[in-house]
Amino acid sequence: MRYLPLQKKDRQRMLQDIGIESEKDLFAHLPKEARDKAIFNLPSHKSEWEVEKFMQELSTQNLTAANAPFFLGAGAYRHHIPASVDHIIQRGEFLTSYTPYQPEISQGTLQYLFEFQTQVAMLTGMEVANASLYDGATATVEAVLMATRITGRSKVLLSGHLHPQYIQVIKTYASMMNLTIEVLPPVLDSKGTEAIIERIDPSIACVVTQCPGFLGHVYDYIPIIKASHEHGALHIGVITEIIALGLLYPPGNNGADIVVAEGQSIGNSLNYGGPYLGLFATRDAYKRSMPGRLVGESIDVDDKRGFIMTLVAREQHIRRAKATSNICTNSGLCSLAFTMHMTLLGGTGLNKLAKLNHAKTCQLAQKFKNSKINIEILPQHYFNEFVIKLPFSAQQAVDTLLEKNILAGVPVSRLYPGQPNLENLLLVACTELTSEQDMNILVAALEGDF
Amino acid sequence: MTKYFSREHEWIEIQDNNEALIGITSYAIEQLGDVVFIEFPSPGTEISAGKECAVIESVKAASELYAPMSGKVLEKNVALEDSPATVNKDNSVWFLKVQLSSPKEVTALMDEKTYQSYITSLET
Amino acid sequence: MKPDTFTKNAGLLLEEPLIFEKGSLNASGVDMPEPPKVDSSLGGFARKDAPELPGLSEPESVRHFTRLSQKNFGIDTGMFPLGSCTMKHNPRLNEKIARLPGFSQAHPLQPVSSVQGSLGVLWHITEWLKDLTGMAAVDLTPAAGAHGELCGLFLIKEAFKARGELKQRTTILIPDSAHGTNPATAAQCGFQIKSIPSADNGLLDVDALRAATDHTTAGLMLTNPNTCGLFERDTLEIANILHSNGAYYYCDGANFNALLGQVKPGDLGVDVMHINLHKTFSTPHGGGGPGSGPVVMIEELAPFAPLPFVKKAKDGTFSLVEENPSSLGRIKGFHGQVGMFIRALSYMLSYGIDGLTQVSSDAVLNATYIQHHLKDILGLFSTEPCMHEVLFDDGALRKDGLETLDLAKILEDEGFHPMTTYFPLVVRGAMLIEPTETESKEQLDQFINTIKYWMERTKTEEMKERFKKAPLYTPRRRFNEAATARNPKLRWYKK
Repeated sequence: MRYLPLQKKDRQRMLQDIGIESEKDLFAHLPKEARDKAIFNLPSHKSEWEVEKFMQELSTQNLTAANAPFFLGAGAYRHHIPASVDHIIQRGEFLTSYTPYQPEISQGTLQYLFEFQTQVAMLTGMEVANASLYDGATATVEAVLMATRITGRSKVLLSGHLHPQYIQVIKTYASMMNLTIEVLPPVLDSKGTEAIIERIDPSIACVVTQCPGFLGHVYDYIPIIKASHEHGALHIGVITEIIALGLLYPPGNNGADIVVAEGQSIGNSLNYGGPYLGLFATRDAYKRSMPGRLVGESIDVDDKRGFIMTLVAREQHIRRAKATSNICTNSGLCSLAFTMHMTLLGGTGLNKLAKLNHAKTCQLAQKFKNSKINIEILPQHYFNEFVIKLPFSAQQAVDTLLEKNILAGVPVSRLYPGQPNLENLLLVACTELTSEQDMNILVAALEGDF
Repeated sequence: MTKYFSREHEWIEIQDNNEALIGITSYAIEQLGDVVFIEFPSPGTEISAGKECAVIESVKAASELYAPMSGKVLEKNVALEDSPATVNKDNSVWFLKVQLSSPKEVTALMDEKTYQSYITSLET
Repeated sequence: MKPDTFTKNAGLLLEEPLIFEKGSLNASGVDMPEPPKVDSSLGGFARKDAPELPGLSEPESVRHFTRLSQKNFGIDTGMFPLGSCTMKHNPRLNEKIARLPGFSQAHPLQPVSSVQGSLGVLWHITEWLKDLTGMAAVDLTPAAGAHGELCGLFLIKEAFKARGELKQRTTILIPDSAHGTNPATAAQCGFQIKSIPSADNGLLDVDALRAATDHTTAGLMLTNPNTCGLFERDTLEIANILHSNGAYYYCDGANFNALLGQVKPGDLGVDVMHINLHKTFSTPHGGGGPGSGPVVMIEELAPFAPLPFVKKAKDGTFSLVEENPSSLGRIKGFHGQVGMFIRALSYMLSYGIDGLTQVSSDAVLNATYIQHHLKDILGLFSTEPCMHEVLFDDGALRKDGLETLDLAKILEDEGFHPMTTYFPLVVRGAMLIEPTETESKEQLDQFINTIKYWMERTKTEEMKERFKKAPLYTPRRRFNEAATARNPKLRWYKK
């Protein structure tokens, strides 16, 4: 067994030392009936190349962005990851380390987390950020729970621009924790703002908006922030495509109280949905209510600067039942990938990357507008993604185009099941990796078969 | 002014007009270690005897401050918000000033001598 | 120790500033083509300037993070006997496989017919977990152990809702030795928490459990083997007490690595349990994540499982169930930590059931070997046979005026990662040692001899001072945690 150092003679000597007969005796105090029943229908061990072959064959059953024109987004984006990023996160000192509870021998992790917290705070326009959460959806839930703790209110207002899966996750938690959730319907134009403002009153703990919205809309949410604050509610700004902040001002600059985001786009692969990276930033005044880990600057006995986990009394391993969250793990390695990639980009690079994403998307929009079939682009303003209205079913279009090895986008109906008025809506995204040739293939295929 | 003590290691010093100061004993401070933050109730909050009324955070722990007697918070010691380390230097520092609502509750507390023998019993 | 060098470097130990102190606002390590010339659709929303974040070229960036990595201790560096955390070797094959473009570039919302390979991974790992645990169903979506706990308690709540007993079932029972996540999770779900004391031998006090359980009990959260490294022998009786009161038995599966191939939790009376793939199945800890916490459950709870889950048709094709009226809903975006499932499946396939059985056996043998050789040196907490980890108290240190922290810091000077310290809370100055199965006998002997060496040197004032000064040889030494927490500096600011 290639991963086990003990050899038969080691085991025998160790058993002799301990004074027991056989390895089975190590488990003799477990219930006999359970031991007798432990019969498995599983294969036995395999060589490295056999495992590799099996898994390789599974992987080739997927058609992915690696080998097809690709236009999916909807909360997960395909961006280029520099080779050096993957190299760094595979260094054993990072990959095989644990939560940095012993700071003297964890300065690598602690310093990059401090850098990560700073980058996230600067990027979101906030004062403090934590060392990451699981993903964008769960980070949004944590923000909602934090807002209810701070305000002492239990009613939450969710914009129709919010990612439908984020809404579903918030609803699940809310039903278990006795919170009231009001969700506005998905917004197909920019009129959602007044509708949400009308519903804000002094019973609301927080108002959650997302910009760019799930269907791609870029809109002015500042009036919502103002209305929230007038009624003592907090505003939570959500971003599912973090690259957008290269070209848009962050919610923090616009007055948000908590900013959460999905950070996958910087440094992390699509991975069929996970692991991803929840970003969480807030105002300094709320730092003690934050969930998750926080790293702070400190000084050791030799007066050398270093970094340690701090404000730990908020966390479950100290506060137990009264912790701000039950969260223990962060997305350590994903945050390292983010920090490394963000360092390579810098603010200038992020701005350029965002411009490239946006220009590609505008280019595709132009091709849709020039198409001989009627493709309506619904958002007036968008970043690197928008919803289009086709003259036929989006689900059918996606299925038909798949036969031509094109991954055309996300049918909106998949995320809002049971809403026939959304049947012809297709969400398409472009990134720096989308070529003009891919765009032409997509448009021609949509024009071709319907 | 006489100090009275609770089993949870708070002291209370009753002044005129049924006003009182609340703090924690040397024993509690030693158990806590370096105090880093205190979460106070805001003035006006009603507190009740034996119930949690503030949280004291040290590096490795968070402990509740239990109200030794019931009443209404008149004042919190703002100086402790800026320098919580004072708690470790001075065990006479008060946390909360309260208006007592049931002065009779004092009978459930210990005087200094009884408290001393109580902590001796804990240490053995 | 302060080096006498001009740079403050000490040979291979290199000082490294923050990126904000070295990067310029205009540098970038990414080259990009010029964007196509088109009209922007952002109107007045486009920002006028680039975000203020420093950039570094690739060589500077690689060197920065390489230097940081050299200040970190990982399993690759040395023995990491951190109890309850299962720091075992991370096979690199698993990393290679997770990076196959067919897996890493699959988008979660692709049509299911285009992601049969990824769905196959979900299905295979589900089948493995079902057989290894003897449970009826698996939910793969929880992102980590604590998230799995939340999922488990959500399931229990949903089951009571269906039974019309939600109002009545207000209490979760938790042993005083539990992980902090257990009470935090139960509180987050709105349950009251009743603490169950441990008996003197470190096992759950079954009589106390019996007395505490009634028609208001929703369930018990019990780690088995427990956080003292001991197997809860009375597990079937515990299950009986809970079930006869209509309550559920939640098992915190953090220590499932000790049971692999030996017994199935389904045969121990457990109703629902999370598994930490990053512990038991060696997906890397990565400095604190990402984790993955699938939940296994009995048939009765399966209808309530969070969405989505994978289904296999008769023709062998897989589909993804994203709607189910009886489900409690979604608890995470998309389909769970799929990258972690790939690594865990690759690990399972490599070991096979014969290998996994040897894994638990070697893990328990290594811990028992340490227990045997240190039981007269450190204060052994319980005479019960230990499982994959062994717990000591600080008695032997305390009599000489030292504490657990001092021994932990000495181990850092010796090139070991310390054991888990001050947990579980039921033992004074707890030291929880989990060697795992991937340490050799030579390595265990060196660890044992190192502890013996220092425990023979606790008497003189000079040596006590040496303990208190430790660590001396690490990139940084003891920190002033109180000053940091009083005045936390959580980010860099421009001067």
